[in-house]
Amino acid sequence: MTIDPDLQGRSYPAGETYSVGREAIRDFARAVKATHAAHFDVDAAVALGHADLVAPPTFAIVVAQRADAQLIADPSAGIDFTRVVHADQRFVHHRPIVAGDELVAELHVDQVRAMGGGAMITTRAEISTVDGIHTATTTSSLLVRGEDQ
Amino acid sequence: MSARFATLEVGQQIGTRTIDVTRQDLVRYAGASGDLNPIHWNQSFAEGVGLPGVIAHGMFTMGASVQLVTDWCGDPAAVVDYQTRFTKPVVVEDTTARPGEPGAVVEVTGTVGALDAERSTARIDLTVTYGGQKVLVKAQAVVRLP
Repeated sequence: MTIDPDLQGRSYPAGETYSVGREAIRDFARAVKATHAAHFDVDAAVALGHADLVAPPTFAIVVAQRADAQLIADPSAGIDFTRVVHADQRFVHHRPIVAGDELVAELHVDQVRAMGGGAMITTRAEISTVDGIHTATTTSSLLVRGEDQ
Repeated sequence: MSARFATLEVGQQIGTRTIDVTRQDLVRYAGASGDLNPIHWNQSFAEGVGLPGVIAHGMFTMGASVQLVTDWCGDPAAVVDYQTRFTKPVVVEDTTARPGEPGAVVEVTGTVGALDAERSTARIDLTVTYGGQKVLVKAQAVVRLP
């Protein structure tokens, strides 16, 4: 299986809407051992000026990885999921993600570089609400190990 | 507690945190995040792909490490930018038969790396180690402060 070099520059349009629920925020916060009241208590979040529970800083990965899944599952991309290693990650928040948000993510393949027998693929998910408010930009580099690595 | 921009100096330490990690934590993260890759919960699968054992999700370590910053600054939404490179895996031992005992211990230290007065932001540089080795490199969180 080889990575299609023409992958660079490819985009995947926004797929299904992700509805951010309070329990999803609470569960994710517990899962990253976050204890801040703004993740759990609506009154505490409102007291800080937010509309509802605030998602932890890395929560957007849930939305971004669903977008990445479109690429990984695309047979024409040639990516073997079992050989993928997460190399780096960045989150830029344009506005906080809060419970009640309806999010969509558009995926862009920004870079594909050959690395030995494998490749380093950098993807960018532009996450916005269904109303078009730009919420976050996430960037992920995935190392796809070659057969001999 | 909440941090104020005017009180900060480059090089100042914001605190430290110790994160105990168990296999159960990884199962919980897998469920909450939707990342069900078996290298994070199945010993024989992990060994079968050449890993020394079950490893933590890089995103678990990244997500847990930034709590030092959110608790220090007082509002999780103050983190406007957060990035890292994943360099070494955190191998989590199976301590299921020894409740309360961690399978791995991750240490986090945060230091003010840069200040931007125009944007009222501070870059917090995180040092994240496991077994004395850095597992995250260039782990930086930019926070907007009053």
